[in-house]
Amino acid sequence: MNTSQALPRKKRLTLRQQDARTAWLLIIPSLLVILGVTLQPIISTFILSFFDAPTGINQIRTFIGLENYINLLKDATFWQTVGRTLYFTIVSVGLELLIGLGIAQLIQSKPPLWQFLRFSLIIPWAVPTVVNAAMWRWIYNPDFGALNGLLSSLGLIQTYQTWLAKPFLAMNLVILADAWHTIPFVALILQAAMSTISEDLDEAAAVDGASAFQRFFKIRLPLLRPAILVALVIRTVEAFRVFDVVYIITQGGPAFGTMTISYLTYLNSFAYGKQGVGAALSFMISIITVILAIIYIRFLYRPEENQ
Amino acid sequence: MHRKKILNKILLFLISIPVLLFIYLPILWLFFSSLSNPVELLSIPPHWIPQNPTFQNYIDIFFPNLAASAVPKTFAASMLNSLKVSISVTAVSLVLGGLAAYALARIHFKGKNTVLLGILGTRMIPEISLVIPLFLLASSLKQINTPQVLIVTYLSFALPFAIWMLTTFFQTIPIELEEAARLDGCNRIQTLIKVILPVSAPGLITTGLFVFMLAWDEFFYALIFTSTLAAKTVPVAISEFVGRYVVNITGMMAGGILAALPPVLMALIFQRYIVRGLTAGSVKG
Amino acid sequence: MSKGLKLFSLVMVLAFALSIAGCQKTPAAPSSSKPVTIHIITMDQAAMSTAEMDAIAREFEAKNPGILVNMEYVGYDYLHDKIVTGLSANPPAYDAVMVDVVWPDEFIKAGYLEDVTSRITPEMKDGIFPAAFNGITRNGKIYGMPWLMDTKYFYYNTDILSKAGFTNPPATWEELISMAKTIKEKGLAEFPIVWSWAQKEAVICDFTALLYGNGGTFLDSAGKPAFNNDKGVQVLTWMKQTLDDGLTNPASTTYVENDVYTNFLAGKAAFALNWQFMYIDGQFDSSKSQVTGKVALAPIPVYEAGAAAGIKGSSVDGSSAFALVAASPNKDATWKFLTYLSSEEVQMKYSAKQLPIWKAAYEGKALEDLKAATQAGPFTVPAFLAQFPYANERPTVPYYNEASVALQLAIQEALTGTKSPKDALDAAAAKWVELAGK
Repeated sequence: MNTSQALPRKKRLTLRQQDARTAWLLIIPSLLVILGVTLQPIISTFILSFFDAPTGINQIRTFIGLENYINLLKDATFWQTVGRTLYFTIVSVGLELLIGLGIAQLIQSKPPLWQFLRFSLIIPWAVPTVVNAAMWRWIYNPDFGALNGLLSSLGLIQTYQTWLAKPFLAMNLVILADAWHTIPFVALILQAAMSTISEDLDEAAAVDGASAFQRFFKIRLPLLRPAILVALVIRTVEAFRVFDVVYIITQGGPAFGTMTISYLTYLNSFAYGKQGVGAALSFMISIITVILAIIYIRFLYRPEENQ
Repeated sequence: MHRKKILNKILLFLISIPVLLFIYLPILWLFFSSLSNPVELLSIPPHWIPQNPTFQNYIDIFFPNLAASAVPKTFAASMLNSLKVSISVTAVSLVLGGLAAYALARIHFKGKNTVLLGILGTRMIPEISLVIPLFLLASSLKQINTPQVLIVTYLSFALPFAIWMLTTFFQTIPIELEEAARLDGCNRIQTLIKVILPVSAPGLITTGLFVFMLAWDEFFYALIFTSTLAAKTVPVAISEFVGRYVVNITGMMAGGILAALPPVLMALIFQRYIVRGLTAGSVKG
Repeated sequence: MSKGLKLFSLVMVLAFALSIAGCQKTPAAPSSSKPVTIHIITMDQAAMSTAEMDAIAREFEAKNPGILVNMEYVGYDYLHDKIVTGLSANPPAYDAVMVDVVWPDEFIKAGYLEDVTSRITPEMKDGIFPAAFNGITRNGKIYGMPWLMDTKYFYYNTDILSKAGFTNPPATWEELISMAKTIKEKGLAEFPIVWSWAQKEAVICDFTALLYGNGGTFLDSAGKPAFNNDKGVQVLTWMKQTLDDGLTNPASTTYVENDVYTNFLAGKAAFALNWQFMYIDGQFDSSKSQVTGKVALAPIPVYEAGAAAGIKGSSVDGSSAFALVAASPNKDATWKFLTYLSSEEVQMKYSAKQLPIWKAAYEGKALEDLKAATQAGPFTVPAFLAQFPYANERPTVPYYNEASVALQLAIQEALTGTKSPKDALDAAAAKWVELAGK
């Protein structure tokens, strides 16, 4: 697998060392930038999470050990928020994956105008999150919004609805707004991966009498596993930290119905002046994201397929 | 058999219609709202296509000297700032990220997986918690309200993304190409420049476009780190259509359409490459 | 050279060119006389426009050579976050900040604000409305220069009222309910009342006006939460009832002031509470309003029980001030600018958009001039004089933001029916006690 295998043993070692040196030389600039920017803030945030740290230039920070974390774990609001954020993550990533897979398969089947369809996918993704959120807020507007207008002109609703007034419905509508923006990303990645799957395999299976469904589940899906993993990990990490879209559409309302953990972190760090609690919350977010990533890798990652 | 194929195509086409509607209905609503005057915008039921379309919002943005309110005046400047920041972030991410990704894709060395996971790990801390320490850092370096502070902080999330994308991409380039070059006596760097780069245009462009959108989209860092014309970006400018009590909805929608244009145009120009880039298997794994 | 490489270098050159182009613009300030630059952050607001604020800054620079003023404007929603971050740096990012009426306690506790009591001259002390100082004074110390006085007003649609057979606006909330019922029955408005009850500060503003109009209060004399007593529970129950009866627009629970504005200006509501900015657009600007000539202002009603207890009016204070930053290296220059901003001369000159904070403006001939300054003046000036004395303060506690969110949640839980008004308010009160104990 490597040219070095063909060479005598002694030289191979030095080559390996040389290679390693080159590798680090190539990586170090990136590492310097990434760590240069994030290392100090991450460490100082981590330290802050063990302190009672009110905002202010004259405020005394007191070391309180794990108290911020313990208080959070004992706080019902925190657990409700985690649950809500998990709901957001699971439903939105699930939707993105299912619909994304569907759209990818659709493009792959090359219906008329499929190139136009693929280009169109870029558009929702190119709309900045801030605009996307403002646009959906306007679509959901109870008096003048498009959703009420559309549904009532189709005769699906009799009276105008206040879409964002019910906590659970509001959460699902925020998910819809977010999914509109992100489904295309997932669809593009999956479609790209699909197009690398050899047609021959599929055709061979078809000749053997496998149905379209069987071919999809038995042949395509397993081969797509790595791409699904990448999309899942990237999107889960993003979705669990969802902030902008909540910040703009609902600010966590109504009645905390869309209060996600990042928004709670924001409230603590900025509005409540509790930077220690904010820091602890953000490490909780990291811990949960890591756990989710590990679960995915356990279920989906097959190292042997990489070689 | 032939008839069945045609039927199949028609069926597929019918399925694509709701997908296209789902994509375009909100966009059209955004566009028509941006052309409405404030009174018509408040019609019940909504006027899907404005009866008296006005381009005032666009005129305000493009001819800022004539605009009545302050926000459109600064919009063009924010567009330039955003372009400056996003293009710089993209360029640096591609160069540095490309080098690192090559090493991670092609060279076997100790600690490789640790580096890859470590890079991903920095993405798991929410940005919100890093804002205040980053602000203090930037402020002590006198870098607040500069495009540089945005470029550098954006790199902290753009680079990991670029490295992950490019690593998987480089892994799909046939190793034989490289082996030939190395047998000719090229070292790693020469191989990278002479062999890998020329075949990597699609992967680089795809990654570049994704990174560009990441930077173009970013809101909260830009909000906190900038507020003057020297560095304010488009998402911040758009958020300013929301005043204390009054929201300029039509202006905001016009700004939104304009903000979406550069990435869409770029995608259109580079579409050929993106398709090849993605198909070449940037995510084949 | 390959296509990829070409494109790549093109991108690089472009990026480089752009970043160079950016660098040339920034260092433009003259360095010979060493002028002081002061940095002020404020918001893009509904009263005085940013263009007018800029004009004032330029006038000041012309009169005070050696001081340059750098004004920064952000949306209200982001102002607090920008201030908190900007002032945590050393040196601080701003020399003066705009302070909303609910922020002083938090900022004072954080050590951000300079005590300016000794800088306030007797002319200011005597000339400016004492109420304008209230919002920025704590324990007898003054922490800023008053800048804007605003309060919520009661708006009604004269067209709808006269069609329903009413000539006068309601004096009590009970009267409002019976009028609203008639209006609804006659089909003049599907939902006669519109409020800003979204889970934001806006709902607290409306709640304040209602609570105090029922004889209630946020905190008792001992500083303990009192909004969960009978009077508070009655108010919240009443709010829920208006929703259940279809008199309040159900969308109110997602509305902020801007949504009330669009709803009322579209002619959908007969009654609304809002700040002063709604009047000029609503009454005179047909490019924004479908109810021009039909908008009227009245004092906000009170409850019959409140009126019986001697309460003559109830609104909420929405004033703001400019505060001097304690760690600023340019305090004197900055204070000079702040006093200029709030000076009688400037405030009178720009009074068309923003009512002055100076008493003299409301006396004798000045009052006539002030009324005549704009189309709206004959209506807004008397309305201000009638309503502002009853503008109630929201609680002045350093943990206000968190307390406010707890109360917002309680009100929303009651309005969405997830909790009873009593339970919801009790939970919020318990949270306030917990916050006060820390």
